[in-house]
Amino acid sequence: MIAERWLNAALYLALLAVPLAAWALDEPFVITLATKIAILAIAGVGLNLALGLGGLVSLGHAAFFGIGGYAMGILASHAQSYTPLMQSPFLIEGTKSMPVIWLVAIVVSAAAALVIGALSLRTTGVYFIMVTLAFGQMLFFFAISWPAYGGEDGLSIYVRNGFPGLNTLDPIQFFAIAFVILSLVLILVSRLSRSAFGLALDGARQNVARAETVGINPFRVRLVAFTISGAITGLAGALFADLNRFVSPSMFSWQTSGEIMIFVILGGVARLYGPLAGAMLFILLEHFLGGISEFWHIYLGLVLLGVVLFARGGLIGTLSRAAAPHD
Amino acid sequence: MTEPVLALTGISRSFGALRANDDISLTLRAGEIHALIGPNGAGKSTLIQQIAGALKPDRGRITFLGRDITGLSTASRARLGLARTFQISALAMEHTVLQNAVLGALGYSGRVFRFFRPVMDDPALVEPARAALARTGLADLAHQRTGALSHGQRRQLEVAIALTLEPRAFLMDEPMAGMGADGSRMLTDFLRTLSRDAPILLVEHDMDAVFALADRISVLDYGRVIATGSVDEIRAHPEVRRAYLGGEGVG
Repeated sequence: MIAERWLNAALYLALLAVPLAAWALDEPFVITLATKIAILAIAGVGLNLALGLGGLVSLGHAAFFGIGGYAMGILASHAQSYTPLMQSPFLIEGTKSMPVIWLVAIVVSAAAALVIGALSLRTTGVYFIMVTLAFGQMLFFFAISWPAYGGEDGLSIYVRNGFPGLNTLDPIQFFAIAFVILSLVLILVSRLSRSAFGLALDGARQNVARAETVGINPFRVRLVAFTISGAITGLAGALFADLNRFVSPSMFSWQTSGEIMIFVILGGVARLYGPLAGAMLFILLEHFLGGISEFWHIYLGLVLLGVVLFARGGLIGTLSRAAAPHD
Repeated sequence: MTEPVLALTGISRSFGALRANDDISLTLRAGEIHALIGPNGAGKSTLIQQIAGALKPDRGRITFLGRDITGLSTASRARLGLARTFQISALAMEHTVLQNAVLGALGYSGRVFRFFRPVMDDPALVEPARAALARTGLADLAHQRTGALSHGQRRQLEVAIALTLEPRAFLMDEPMAGMGADGSRMLTDFLRTLSRDAPILLVEHDMDAVFALADRISVLDYGRVIATGSVDEIRAHPEVRRAYLGGEGVG
């Protein structure tokens, strides 16, 4: 048994050390695998804010992941074809600049989360799960039936978008971008969960009557949490699209929502580094078991079942001695 | 006479054909303990929920500090200083005792949307929370996990959280429930002290505590107030004796 923070530090340093070693040994595929873990961990950290701290079981976070992905795809496809997004009433051009794309991805997915949250947070429990799922599916079918941006086939972006001063096509440099963003998101969520807002959100999850009785409006607190959560997952979606240089409606699918949730559950619900641990385990299973059998999801299912039945705290909770989260 | 702190006028609430509250009017005056008694099913819980804001009345009006609060949410009422304690403890069980008290101070401050500063390092919230714990005898347990508290300690914490709201009135739903003889006696003394801070509307089954504490008593039966008066008046009231106290041989 080890303290949670040492376990977190070990995971964090492993995510940094493995691609650096792979870089030294000239193994670009391993670097790409680590980049994928970092990006999916960002998506999971986003969901974990709503799910872990807020108790909001959203099965629709693919909506935000997909919006982030399509923000990148739409802006970059216009830039690569030299056609403006719109001409009237004012001109909007595409862009290949990552910072601009990230900003758009964050703003649009936050706006979507605000609207979806405002409607779905009127329900709780299983109805909330179903309503968020329904919104995700609406966006999925919308993306499929939108021919301007590839419809079912998706959109290919031929050259990865640029970041000032970096060569983003170099795997280690793109990894560095993803790693730094993951670090910033972890810092942000760590601060949030210790803040006044975090205490109110967590209090409303544990006992909503208590929160109301001391003057906290749970709907507002949850809506803000859901919006920030969606924005973080949307940013991850933009990075994921850039990793693959490809976006497709599958980013909006309910399987994507499920996978993001699996990262959180595998790693440990409400644990700051849970989604990182979960994404690591998921990608490693996918890589090694996927090499043995294309039906590797059966083994994933068994692992998930084991965690849910015997290790409620997920990997982090089971390996660290801390009995309760948030300490 | 000054205006009452809390006034209910003609409150009615039905659930289908059941008239849980029927034209109830009562007041809570400054400095008093007003006990609300009545047999099970008389409509006490329904009334408490309407005062706290969890249920909306079908008809009638609730005023608090001269302001009509009938349409306000639970949270808004709490921020005005209407402090409720629950019959069954409603606490954040995973949090520490101090975190629960800070949550109270935070909710009352209304400054929930602060995202970066660690809340447990904010003296404007932690100091009133610690003061409330000290007053309720929980200072030594501040860093204990709330789920590990005994029943009586949870009751104390309920009151401590209420104190962080700088209460203008207390709404207490069976604070004596499950407390045992010693605990009840201590709590009786404590509530008497507390009533100097703000008046208390007390729903309670423990008749010894009610008769020891209450300045006025209202008796609810079948959703109506059948009597309001001093302890002696209520003990002597024939309809009350018949409806509620009769079998217990009070006097």
